[in-house]
Amino acid sequence: MSRTPVVQVSGLTRDFVVRPRGHRLRGRRVRAVHDLSFTVRPGEAVGYIGANGAGKSTTIKMLAGILVPTAGEVRTCGLRPVQDRRALARRIGVVFGQRSQLWWDLPVAESFRILAAIHHLDAAGERARTGELVDRLEMGAYLDTPVRQLSLGQRMRAEVAAALLHSPRLVILDEPTIGLDVLSKQRLREFLIEERREHGTSLMLTTHDMGDVERLCPRVLVIDDGTLAYDGTLSGLSRTVGARRVLVVDLERPTEPLTGIPSTEHLSTQAQGLQQRLAFDPERTTAAAVLAAVSQRSEVRDLAIEEPDIEDVVRRIYAARR
Amino acid sequence: MAEAGTLRGDLTAYRAVLSSRVRAQRAYAASFRLDLVGAALITVVEFAEVWVLFGQVDAIGGLTLASVMLVFGLAEMTFSTADLLVGHCDRMPTYVRAGTLDVFYLRPQPVLAQLMTSDIDLRRVARVAGGMVILVVGLVVSGVRWTPEKVALLAVTIPAAVAIYAGLFIAAAGVQFFLINGAETTNAFVYGGRYAASQPASVWPRSLVLVFGLIFPVAFTGYLPALALLDLPVPFGLPGWTAWLTPVAAVWSWLVALGCWRLGTRHYQGAGG
Ligand SMILES: Nc1ncnc2c1ncn2[C@@H]1O[C@H](COP(=O)(O)OP(=O)(O)OP(=O)(O)O)[C@@H](O)[C@H]1O
Ligand SMILES: [Mg+2]
Repeated sequence: MSRTPVVQVSGLTRDFVVRPRGHRLRGRRVRAVHDLSFTVRPGEAVGYIGANGAGKSTTIKMLAGILVPTAGEVRTCGLRPVQDRRALARRIGVVFGQRSQLWWDLPVAESFRILAAIHHLDAAGERARTGELVDRLEMGAYLDTPVRQLSLGQRMRAEVAAALLHSPRLVILDEPTIGLDVLSKQRLREFLIEERREHGTSLMLTTHDMGDVERLCPRVLVIDDGTLAYDGTLSGLSRTVGARRVLVVDLERPTEPLTGIPSTEHLSTQAQGLQQRLAFDPERTTAAAVLAAVSQRSEVRDLAIEEPDIEDVVRRIYAARR
Repeated sequence: MAEAGTLRGDLTAYRAVLSSRVRAQRAYAASFRLDLVGAALITVVEFAEVWVLFGQVDAIGGLTLASVMLVFGLAEMTFSTADLLVGHCDRMPTYVRAGTLDVFYLRPQPVLAQLMTSDIDLRRVARVAGGMVILVVGLVVSGVRWTPEKVALLAVTIPAAVAIYAGLFIAAAGVQFFLINGAETTNAFVYGGRYAASQPASVWPRSLVLVFGLIFPVAFTGYLPALALLDLPVPFGLPGWTAWLTPVAAVWSWLVALGCWRLGTRHYQGAGG
């Protein structure tokens, strides 16, 4: 059983019929996911990335049995998601960052109690698991607060706990860090790392935040316009597309655009040349070398390095494919 | 054995959800009481409407005022009970938009059962009570000559009529999956059916008889059982035992309902995003 893939998808396709307002019958077909095939093995952590509207959420809804595929095969935890939806619901935990599965008007603790009943946890199991999640996600201070009064970060932690209460073998998170501040993101990532280490949980994650993928997902799937554009390691992805880092420098005095530095591209100039952005390829030069070159032309007051932007990486894949 | 354990677990889950709903609504006791009064007032006004109509026509469809109370009371009480239990189901677009439906799909219970238990609205209790009062007054004033058969008929009719209306709500929910602005269309049937049922069916136009006598058989919730209780002849050349067919009508109503629901869930496109 534990050898069967947690996700197995082949030729998966989903069309939507979009009806303009007022037209009940005539509709246009939109292909959201097209001939998608991939496998996720038990214990893997996979980042599922792509631009807005690429088909990520649609794929996840088919994995969870919410949407019926137009064509193709899906097996999640070895089950057929639509036909075996109820059995599957006991084995997977899903968080949609933009939805809530908690009861708006109830305290967090009460939502957990109801979910424990929904998943048939026995009293001892419920106490142990709730305690573990409350501890790890540091939710003790607001357990008795109604959900509608929580901050976004607090609510997101409660959502994740709610989806993991029944100890699912596969956790699917659709943009779990959307809108969170740096600290909350960090806390959530650390929790997921621990959860995976302790329980061997498989993870599938969609996000627009490269930091999530870097911390959590050794493997990345990139979806472009409903089809699979890349399947491999994150570093492989950066290498394929030549993911660049961006150095932002604040200068003492207005300076001419810093063009002509080796293996570096000048991206933009702000505040009459007081702040400039330079992109460099980490395979060919280093931040230190770029900084040294800049210092010869002007005095650097402050600097920051921007992580490769997921949108940028994805955009480059698309450009390469077309 | 495992089946029984699963069933018990599921019942515990439904009870947990239901009781949390009840408690949440009691938390706003003051506004809750006000809502109750409002709901009771609506029942009174609606009955007054029938009363006025009766004054104009003298004997609506050949029934006395007391008999009309019986029809109205039966229809109102059973409709309100169904409304209390599953009335929120026909607000499907709201659930779809809020993503609540997606969440139901992620839980190991039937989606329809979760929908039914998710949002019970206790304010509707007032309308059940209002209907019950009118029914009891109608039963007393209209001078029903009680026999054991009539007691049995009433006992069978009430739950079956609730089931007929519940089926109507669920059919509406299913249809709303794939009809844009479906709520407007289905409301015409649900509330139109309820209105028609609270009047004697002999004054209905032919088209209504077809729709609410056969397809959505609400004539079985008030008019036909009332005739049987009052020993009155059944119109449309139907036999005297027609009123006993209410459970059959209830089964039919649920077949239609589950068919519509199944069709609806197959068509579900998700909430986007
Ligand atoms: N219910 C729906 N009805 C019609 N079209 C839909 C529906 N849901 C999604 N789509 C369309 O399908 C495509 C894929 O959408 P999907 O939500 O899967 O994208 P996504 O990759 O999750 O995007 P995002 O990053 O914005 O969340 C889009 O073109 C979208 O407009
Ligand atoms: Mg999405």
